[in-house]
Amino acid sequence: MSGITIALSKGRIFEETLPLLAAAGIVPKENPEESRKLIIDTNRPDVRVVIVRASDTPTYVQYGAADLGIAGKDVLLEHGGAGLYQPLDLEIAQCRLCVAVPKGFDYEAAVKKGARLRVATKYITTAREHFAAKGVHVDLIKLYGSMELAPLVGLADAIVDLVSSGGTLKANNLEVAEDMLPISSRLVVNQAALKLKRDLLQPVIEAFAGAVAAGGK
Amino acid sequence: MRRWLLPEAIEDILPNEAARIEALRRRMLDGFRGHGYEMVTPPLLEYVESLLTDGAHDLDLRTFKLVDQLSGRTLGIRADITPQVARIDAHLLNRAGVTRLCYCANVLHTRSDSLTATREPLQIGAEIYGHAGIEADIEIIRLLANTLALADLSTTRIDLGHVGIFRALVNRADLDDDQVEVLFGALQAKDVPTLNALTDGISEPVRSALRALPDCYGGSEVLDKVLTLVKDDAEVAAAVADLRQLAAALAGLPVSFDLADLRGYHYHSGVMFAAYCARHPNAIALGGRYDNMGKVFGRARPATGFSMDLREVVRLSENGGEAGKILAPWSDDPALQQEVARLRAAGEAVAIALPGHDDSWREAGCDRRLVKHDAQWILEALN
Repeated sequence: MSGITIALSKGRIFEETLPLLAAAGIVPKENPEESRKLIIDTNRPDVRVVIVRASDTPTYVQYGAADLGIAGKDVLLEHGGAGLYQPLDLEIAQCRLCVAVPKGFDYEAAVKKGARLRVATKYITTAREHFAAKGVHVDLIKLYGSMELAPLVGLADAIVDLVSSGGTLKANNLEVAEDMLPISSRLVVNQAALKLKRDLLQPVIEAFAGAVAAGGK
Repeated sequence: MRRWLLPEAIEDILPNEAARIEALRRRMLDGFRGHGYEMVTPPLLEYVESLLTDGAHDLDLRTFKLVDQLSGRTLGIRADITPQVARIDAHLLNRAGVTRLCYCANVLHTRSDSLTATREPLQIGAEIYGHAGIEADIEIIRLLANTLALADLSTTRIDLGHVGIFRALVNRADLDDDQVEVLFGALQAKDVPTLNALTDGISEPVRSALRALPDCYGGSEVLDKVLTLVKDDAEVAAAVADLRQLAAALAGLPVSFDLADLRGYHYHSGVMFAAYCARHPNAIALGGRYDNMGKVFGRARPATGFSMDLREVVRLSENGGEAGKILAPWSDDPALQQEVARLRAAGEAVAIALPGHDDSWREAGCDRRLVKHDAQWILEALN
């Protein structure tokens, strides 16, 4: 493909990326929530959008199936980011990666005692790094969703998950025990594409950067 | 147990691919020979300390290891041939002047470089030892361009960089090794937000220069940009002068710059370069100057070179496969044997039809056959 392919995931990232795309003069012709198409044309004949699962975005961009992509920092940490350029924090889809435990569970004491915690998460790599840096032994349990259920049914002592409003935690009688790091979405760029398609990509990246800077003021 | 199954990212090379690899391997090695490069073939495995010259963690993890039953020492199966060739130059050949060496052999990686990459690349490369001047870098990059041209790769681009710029900046910033590693990681990913956070405590003008590096890719304007950011640094100025001289000498090649691309930073010492081509998500060939590697083998020597995975190049190459073979009947006719010998001498592949396999020769890759017409052996299409 001689034009640009942009990998986006449905939902929050797609919605919050639309203004950035508009700043670069790119308007998708369809809404992925309504259309079942996975390749969406835009007003520009040389730009198309592919709809992928959020955790697959780095993979598509790494192998050049897409030139640009927008992926959460959580997804990038888990992927490792090998072979990708991550030039821009887009400051969209913001939330926090946290350790959460049932209300009343003494997390600090459990950590101090050096107890082996059972932690349920979909961020296995990130969680392993985090607890290793703290010097805490953990048994990690990989889950794909509904993390909050795990401590309630005795599957785990704690969870590592994204928290945005805290509503889901509260509804399930959990609380944040430790704030790990702030998460927002990054622009990721394929390494060869940045070199070989510089004339096409550079204006888009600059427009995104301009829109982010304007939004932050 | 499925006995036919191979380990992940380890594969057989089947006839069509093998023929293309071998054809290109010969062309490339002939090209090296024509430029005065001597071929060497280092051993598949050696003591692991000899393979891991720079103490690079990455290469260590990528090297398969086993215990030598004779000495009890740890052996490594090479993951990169360059340190072996540097050892040969520094210790075995021991020549005082310029030595040009080339090689082509398999290496093994414990982990693939990327999801689609093989763990058993066929590394082909060329190195110049003994000349510290820019002329060696010019020659080696021209040779790289020539070598890629042999494979008919479309839209290649050669990015130039220089380790000296990043080194000079981090030296002035007074960072410890761990901090440099983290900074280096952020720079490789062009991860500007992380880079900004890491450089917060560094004083000007080094801070601005480090922050600007990820954007320093493109034409010669990026060299001007670095010089305006760091005005009075002899090391940076020397590196920029090297790059300018190189780019001027390589006019005619699709050269550009990327001052943040420092792969192999741990053992490189000067000019570095990476070649990119269409349909490949990473660099197809990497190279640069590594003047200090010989030191661990007893003799530091100026060195520059490049290497690539020939299997990957062949996969991307638009060169077609081999032409079909010619089928000749099983016969004692001297005229036939003469004609077969003539065709073989002319470069054709002529297979003799062993009796009793009449319908299988197309499957075996034959597309023409020799038939007797009016006492003459002539070629006709095989259906």
